Amino acid sequence: MSLNIIVLAKQVPDTRNVGKDAMKADGTINRAALPAIFNPEDLNALEQALKLKEMYPGTKVTLLTMGPARAAEIVREGLYRGADGGVVLSDRAFAGSDTLATSYALSAAVRKLGDYDLIIGGRQAIDGDTAQVGPQIAEKLHLPQVTYAEEIIDVKDGKVIVKRRLEGGVETVKAPLPLVVTVNGSADECRPRNARNVQKYKYAAVPSEVAADEAKKAFIEKRPYLSIGEWNAETVEADLAQCGLAGSPTKVKSIENVVFTAKDARRVENNDEELENLIVELIANHTIG
Amino acid sequence: MANFYNDNPALKLHLNHPMMKKIVELKERNFADAEKFDYAPQNFEDAMDSYDRVLDIVGDICGNVIAVNAEDVDHTGPRVENGHVIYAEGTKKNLDACRKAGLMGMAMPRRLGGLNFPITPYIMAADIVSRADAGFENLWGLQDCAETIYEFADDAQKEKYIPRVCAGETMSMDLTEPDAGSDLQSVMLKASQKEDGSWVLNGVKRFITNGDSDIHLVLARSEEGTKDGRGLSMFIYDKRNGGVTVRRIENKMGIKGSPTCELVYKDAPAELVGSRRLGLIKYVMALMNGARLGIAAQSVGISEAAYREALAYAKDRKQFGKAIIEFPAVAEILSNMKAKLDASRTLLYACSRFVDMYKVYDDISKERKLEVEEKKEAKYYSRLADAFTPLAKGMTSEFCNQNAYDCIQIHGGSGFMKDYACERIYRDARITSIYEGTTQLQVVAAIRHVTTGTYLDWIREQESRQVAAEDEAIKSMLVFMTQQYAAAVEKVMGIDNPAYHDFMARRLVEMAGYCVMGYLLLDDAQRDAEVRRSLNVFVKYGQAEVAKHADFIENFIPEQMSNYTYEA
Repeated sequence: MSLNIIVLAKQVPDTRNVGKDAMKADGTINRAALPAIFNPEDLNALEQALKLKEMYPGTKVTLLTMGPARAAEIVREGLYRGADGGVVLSDRAFAGSDTLATSYALSAAVRKLGDYDLIIGGRQAIDGDTAQVGPQIAEKLHLPQVTYAEEIIDVKDGKVIVKRRLEGGVETVKAPLPLVVTVNGSADECRPRNARNVQKYKYAAVPSEVAADEAKKAFIEKRPYLSIGEWNAETVEADLAQCGLAGSPTKVKSIENVVFTAKDARRVENNDEELENLIVELIANHTIG
Repeated sequence: MANFYNDNPALKLHLNHPMMKKIVELKERNFADAEKFDYAPQNFEDAMDSYDRVLDIVGDICGNVIAVNAEDVDHTGPRVENGHVIYAEGTKKNLDACRKAGLMGMAMPRRLGGLNFPITPYIMAADIVSRADAGFENLWGLQDCAETIYEFADDAQKEKYIPRVCAGETMSMDLTEPDAGSDLQSVMLKASQKEDGSWVLNGVKRFITNGDSDIHLVLARSEEGTKDGRGLSMFIYDKRNGGVTVRRIENKMGIKGSPTCELVYKDAPAELVGSRRLGLIKYVMALMNGARLGIAAQSVGISEAAYREALAYAKDRKQFGKAIIEFPAVAEILSNMKAKLDASRTLLYACSRFVDMYKVYDDISKERKLEVEEKKEAKYYSRLADAFTPLAKGMTSEFCNQNAYDCIQIHGGSGFMKDYACERIYRDARITSIYEGTTQLQVVAAIRHVTTGTYLDWIREQESRQVAAEDEAIKSMLVFMTQQYAAAVEKVMGIDNPAYHDFMARRLVEMAGYCVMGYLLLDDAQRDAEVRRSLNVFVKYGQAEVAKHADFIENFIPEQMSNYTYEA
């Protein structure tokens, strides 16, 4: 048995290492100051797909990402780690999408891809932390969904067995194919890039990346595996009214820059007297006790 | 997300050495594989870009997996169950990451499943892995053994075993026995040929690194009644066939993640490699040269780790109201550590380029006859590789030990506790100057290049090269050191007394080493101004060491040797 798996991945600003200049004066993200990375939980999702590919030879893993042309980097990252191909969904019409418009566009692209058994994505992206896109795609495609997945244990007789990580425990569930699964950060980390794949796919690109370079274009033409799909709203037959800002009911009212205001640090020497004084003080101000 | 390749500009400096163009073009046979393999490079720039990208993967795995697991692996270590080794959990994860990343069989040709990397980027990977965990480098680095199969085994054996190594199976070289350590001529493991022509092995091996590997290279006595090296042959033992069990693993001081095994062979089926009787005198010698370069890389990686730990601690630790790095005594130790590290690394990569050149010509000579010029060049680099390998192994491993010592010293009392990585580094470092031939044996291998002038010839070539005006002063110091070295060689060799030659050998080899490393750093400084500080510190240090040896030799009369001898 072989599977067709679509992995949903997003290029996000690396919000884990935020510096002073991470936010612009108007409260929006200063993308130039933050490196663009593969959303961490989408990497966990990719690993689940690649494990299934190992379990079921012949399985095809396709990455789907929405963003500007440079999001092709996400597809290349996936190819380096063992995916078979990918598509970048890119159109000005998608700019400003909230989760609803995003899931609309992505589900249109999934329909266009057509033949799929599993759609796997990360639980949420580190730039928005909504965890809504995966479930919304399932709803739009009328598919069952399993969220908070930690491990896709097996696929058998058209059923998928998934371990879920929940508050206070784990739950193992069975769900029918085709299925949407969103994967937790507690799942196995994604495998490293593979040396051979990196050498094979380093020149993979979407058409707009190489539009100005005839030599590169010809090089890719001779090697179809280097060609990354680049689709727009028209390709996926999206209704423009449901795309981008027009299709986004979410309105950002204001953005605040939260600054933690720590007081001065105090040094307590490591001796009985000082420690006792500290304990007495903490009990007195009800921090402990 | 630590990356042990990208955070170290010295690696890129050496990877991008001008000699790489020729090495890569020869290695890739003018990029003939480009049409056959989708991952083969199109041209020189493409190949270099690939090395860079693959080393980036190595740096990623080392920073985020191997280094993270190192402490735990050191504490738990491997164990033996039912005659087989079970690696520590961290070791398993490390191996899994390396396999998935396709970092096994890196130097093997593509048609056998490898990446066809030259030795230089492969050795760079070994350098990076060793910084993360020197013990793990032993398991990963034993892929070197595939090189011996590639060079000496028949086609069927190559096609059978090398793809397995490239797919991630591990190797070992089973040489040492209880009574055959440095003296491998005494190997007794018995190889007997059955009537159908097949071979079986019987006996015991000891101190075998990763002795429960998937594919073993075994040195055994195939010629009954012989006593010396000429009765020994090389065999492949395939673990899938069974017949070898692990009796115990040693409880070592360092590199604890790497299982050191005592092996029992009971009618273990084996395949002969190459010709009988050439096991030790040809194949093991080749194997050992590769392994020695690997230990030099390991030494450099440990030195790097030691320096970084010491530097970070010295910046962080405050005494008398300031960071201890501001105290001259501490800063001097750190400066010397960095200079020794940079000197070790430049010697390592000079050596690996020489090995690359001679190996690639050797490989080409199996496909076609070499041109006269090529033959000349092959011979030139073969001699340099032969001279630089023991020098690199000897010098880098001693410097690695010195740096590990100094790393603890910088940590003061805390360094003596088990709380910091420096104590593991210190224990791991200790073996580098012992295994694959002790420093004393490296001197034995290197001394003939002192007496035949290999080092001096090479140094003279460097002397004739132009350097930046600001380096003229340091160059004249190197010229002076070389004069002292040449004079010392002449003085020692002028006295017809082999025991006296042996007695002075270490001093002469070290003097050669300081001159060679000084010139290599001088060359690096022409390409990268960052090296200049280490160049100056190292030449200052080397000058004093050379003067010390020169003085000892000058003021020593052979009769005094009686004060340095013992009866057994």
